[in-house]
Amino acid sequence: MSNGELRLPTGGRIDRAQPLRFIFDGAGYSGYAGDTLASALLANGVRLVGRSFKYHRPRGILSAGAEEPNALVELGNGARREPNLRATQIELHDGLVASSQNRWPSLDLDIGAINNLASRLLPSGFYYKTFMWPPSFWHFYEHFIRRAAGMGRAATEPDPDRYDHRYEHCDVLVVGAGPAGIAAALAAGRSGARVVLCDEQQEMGGDLLASMALIDGAPAADWVARALGELGALPEVRLLPRATAFGYYDHNAVAIVERVADHLARPGPGLPRQCVWHVRARRVVLATGAIERPLVFRDNDRPGVMLANAARVYLRRYAVACGRRAVLFTNNDAAYGAALDLRAGGMDIAAIVDLRADPKGQRTEAARAQGLRVLAGRAVIGVQGSKAVSGVEVARLQDDASAAILDREQIACDTVLMSGGWTPTIHLFSQSGGKLRFDTETAAFVPDRATQALRSAGACNGATRLSDCLAQGAAAGAAAAQDAGFAAAAPPLPELDPDLDEAPMRHLWVVPSDAPVGHKGKHFVDFQNDVTAADIRLASREGYRSVEHLKRYTTTGMGTDQGKTSNVAALAILAEATNASIPQVGTTTFRPPYTPVTMGALTGRTVGPLLEPARWTPIHRWHVRTGAVFENTGQWQRARYYPMAGEDMHAAVEREVRAARNLVGLFDASTLGKIDVKGPDSARFLDLVYTNSWSKLAIGRSRYGLMLRDDGYIYDDGVTTRLGPEHFLVSTTSGNAAPVLSFMEDLLQTEWPHLKVRLTSVTEQFAVVTLSGPMARRLLAELTRDIDLSPQAFPFMTLRAGTVAGIPVRVFRVSFTGDLSFEIQARASHGLALWHACLAVGEKYGITPYGLEAMHVLRAEKGYIIVGQETDGTATPDDLGMGAMVAHAKPDFIGKRGLKRAELLRPERKQLVGLRLADGEHKPLPEGAHLVNDPGLPPPMPMLGHVTSSYYSPTVGAPIALAMIKNGRARMGEELYAPLPDRVVRARVVAPCFFDPEGKRLHG
Amino acid sequence: MLLIACPWCGPRAELEFRCGGQGHLTRLTDAMEVSDAEFARYLYMRDNPKGWHYERWNHVNGCRRWFNAVRHTVTHEFHATYKPGEPKPDLPRS
Ligand SMILES: [Zn+2]
Repeated sequence: MSNGELRLPTGGRIDRAQPLRFIFDGAGYSGYAGDTLASALLANGVRLVGRSFKYHRPRGILSAGAEEPNALVELGNGARREPNLRATQIELHDGLVASSQNRWPSLDLDIGAINNLASRLLPSGFYYKTFMWPPSFWHFYEHFIRRAAGMGRAATEPDPDRYDHRYEHCDVLVVGAGPAGIAAALAAGRSGARVVLCDEQQEMGGDLLASMALIDGAPAADWVARALGELGALPEVRLLPRATAFGYYDHNAVAIVERVADHLARPGPGLPRQCVWHVRARRVVLATGAIERPLVFRDNDRPGVMLANAARVYLRRYAVACGRRAVLFTNNDAAYGAALDLRAGGMDIAAIVDLRADPKGQRTEAARAQGLRVLAGRAVIGVQGSKAVSGVEVARLQDDASAAILDREQIACDTVLMSGGWTPTIHLFSQSGGKLRFDTETAAFVPDRATQALRSAGACNGATRLSDCLAQGAAAGAAAAQDAGFAAAAPPLPELDPDLDEAPMRHLWVVPSDAPVGHKGKHFVDFQNDVTAADIRLASREGYRSVEHLKRYTTTGMGTDQGKTSNVAALAILAEATNASIPQVGTTTFRPPYTPVTMGALTGRTVGPLLEPARWTPIHRWHVRTGAVFENTGQWQRARYYPMAGEDMHAAVEREVRAARNLVGLFDASTLGKIDVKGPDSARFLDLVYTNSWSKLAIGRSRYGLMLRDDGYIYDDGVTTRLGPEHFLVSTTSGNAAPVLSFMEDLLQTEWPHLKVRLTSVTEQFAVVTLSGPMARRLLAELTRDIDLSPQAFPFMTLRAGTVAGIPVRVFRVSFTGDLSFEIQARASHGLALWHACLAVGEKYGITPYGLEAMHVLRAEKGYIIVGQETDGTATPDDLGMGAMVAHAKPDFIGKRGLKRAELLRPERKQLVGLRLADGEHKPLPEGAHLVNDPGLPPPMPMLGHVTSSYYSPTVGAPIALAMIKNGRARMGEELYAPLPDRVVRARVVAPCFFDPEGKRLHG
Repeated sequence: MLLIACPWCGPRAELEFRCGGQGHLTRLTDAMEVSDAEFARYLYMRDNPKGWHYERWNHVNGCRRWFNAVRHTVTHEFHATYKPGEPKPDLPRS
């Protein structure tokens, strides 16, 4: 290794023919295709990659994978800026731009590091303790804390990228393509089963890609390549690299996010950035591996302190030496293999410091035989250097491990590689509902009893030897395929060299030093959230003994890494402090996602216009062309009003209302819910679902109906017309059409299956064009020759079939304005033509299209209710003055018994009334305004009711309102008051009808 | 997301269905005779077991048909799905 060059001249799985340029914190660097951002930074000698969350301590890269708690960076800029990404999982591409987080003003000079000097002020629970009082200061503290803490910045512009979702069904899903996963996929795939093998890394193979082991006499990576080649050739096998299984849901539904284009400098057109796969698998094999644990010793967070296996991965896969001279610090055998690999790669191994007093095993002996210096029964008691490691202090442990002050020795090094054993990656298993077991030997939670159709294999199942991983994988894959109905068999194990035994570990959860823990430095447990061993002990002393309380109080395990490197140590330290065992303290339940998933990926294509389907009437295009202002009601886009030049909404609505009252208005009522009811029992059925009677309704006649729920409250209303002896057309509220159909279907299918009735939604099959106003008849007469429109021949609430403007139609004489109205229903495809015909002929009559807003004013002037506006789910027919519509004599109907409940018969219920405001009040009351008897009383004063609809009425020339008022019908003429924030409005209770109370216009 | 076997269509994803609450409730035939308290019990009171539950489902974004199911409220396991009118299956032992 030359000075300043940490990239090895040969080896690794990078493509040296493809150099890549990238920028980190504004400085330019280069790496190779196949690098991660982390490996490229290490190769360039960049040690300091971030500041810690709370104390702003300088931090370096800890790991080589998903567990990384330190090297969180912001990637990209502008609309593509994304925070909190793990540098260890970012594939390098040409032109990549990244920057560090949690530093201000710069990584090297950090003002927030004052937090570190003042850390006596920031113990666990510091947010709770320090900022409790006075409460009004919180906004000040919060501003300071957020600024200083900094968790990266999300983009503020809309996301320019596209994301996809895919659905996949398979026999066997294998999660993780390390040795166990590949063995499982081979065993299952060879049987012909449909197999999906996914892995979060760009290259499949897991730890085998960094292994020096020989499989069947060839390098492990060659075995991987052969296996992947075979799998790729199987027609039913799908390989998904760059795909993280992040959520395990019910019934073997597994969500996987595939990073389709993140690694490309210039993604091809049409490529989504990421794709979420919704996989439903008959059987799942979890082969998710294990995560190496850090050791908890003083100042174990200095840049240059790393996990031992991560250093091996950087060396073997990326040809990067993490430093020049390393001290390994371990409590188990794994570090010995790493040490030998690193030395073979050219790193200087200063010593292996082993907490075990007398480590004896195949691995230890192999290391000793090769001349490595092993310091047994000793500990690293401190780390020198702040922004980079310059050495360690090592001392012999006292027999009871209470202190380490004997035989102190300084060892110069630039890298400390720690190995605290392995934590099986049980996140998905835990998410699936599986029960865990604590293995005392390895101090790890391992899968015990699965509650879904899954198996665990390999390191995530507690295996540490390669042979065990391969054997468990093959067995699980074969069994999974057999369960799915395939004749699968586990293939024989390949020859392995070496395949060494593991000697027992020593668990020492807090490594002592020459001062009490918490003094002269920090023992970090959770790097991402800056939680130390002293914090956990303090929390325990303060009574936080439940792990759930501990987590929230200290925030350990609460970062975006979900404590992947810290959970077991935190539990163990709490267990020690409370004199309990680790399983007694318990573990925490893991929840999706395993690693953070972008909102874009979760959302997929359902953004912008695809967020929700929009429903357009057949006349929609005309509304758009005319410049209508739209209002969304449910999914319907309805014309609200049609402003002319210079008009605001108020002026437009007033003009539209006047035209409809004095001349003729044209309204697109196509959204009206329409249900076609057919069958011999149709009338009986309607008798059961409406309060009124239908059996005697003559063919060609319409009737207004009220529909209740079982509890007696109003559910829907609308006009129903008898089209034939066994044929009705029901109309519903626009927004309630689908629920009403479901409600009716439910009753027909489950309550009255003996009734012969068929229901069909025809809402969208018919356009509805309403002509309303005094000129409506004369206008329509010009358009039809086969319908006699005279009041005698075509009275109110009847139907005529015929043609209008040559279009086959049904014309209903119904009205929602209180004026003479014809509701013309034509096939949807004829709707626009019908609309144009009315407009053309109507010009000389002053025809005026009116929108939803004018329609509301017109119906309110007449006191017609809207279900959902006048009613709130607790209104009875009598409350609305429609008690006469209930045919109590019918033997049964939905709501009949409910109406008899004491609450619904109680006097003093709210009743529908009208309100006229005091002279001089020109502004309508706000809807929802409360009404009281005496506004002079101190609040809360007794309330009598509230305003349900309120408009300026051009017909009356004053504001009007409908309201639900206690005992309202007995209060006619009473003066009530609406206390508003800025004034008190006086209102007089009147009948809920402001226009043509005798109904002359309606019937005319 | 649950996988639910519609008795008419076969296994489909949960997003095609809507749960209709407790199953095997029959509309009171003597509703007009019962007290308000009894009627309220019929109207509002539902089982809320930790374990097996008879319930109604609607294949609302599929065949639109209603059916009955026996589902475990903790594990979400479906013991059976069956058409309306078919007899209540026995509960599993566990
Ligand atoms: Zn179905």
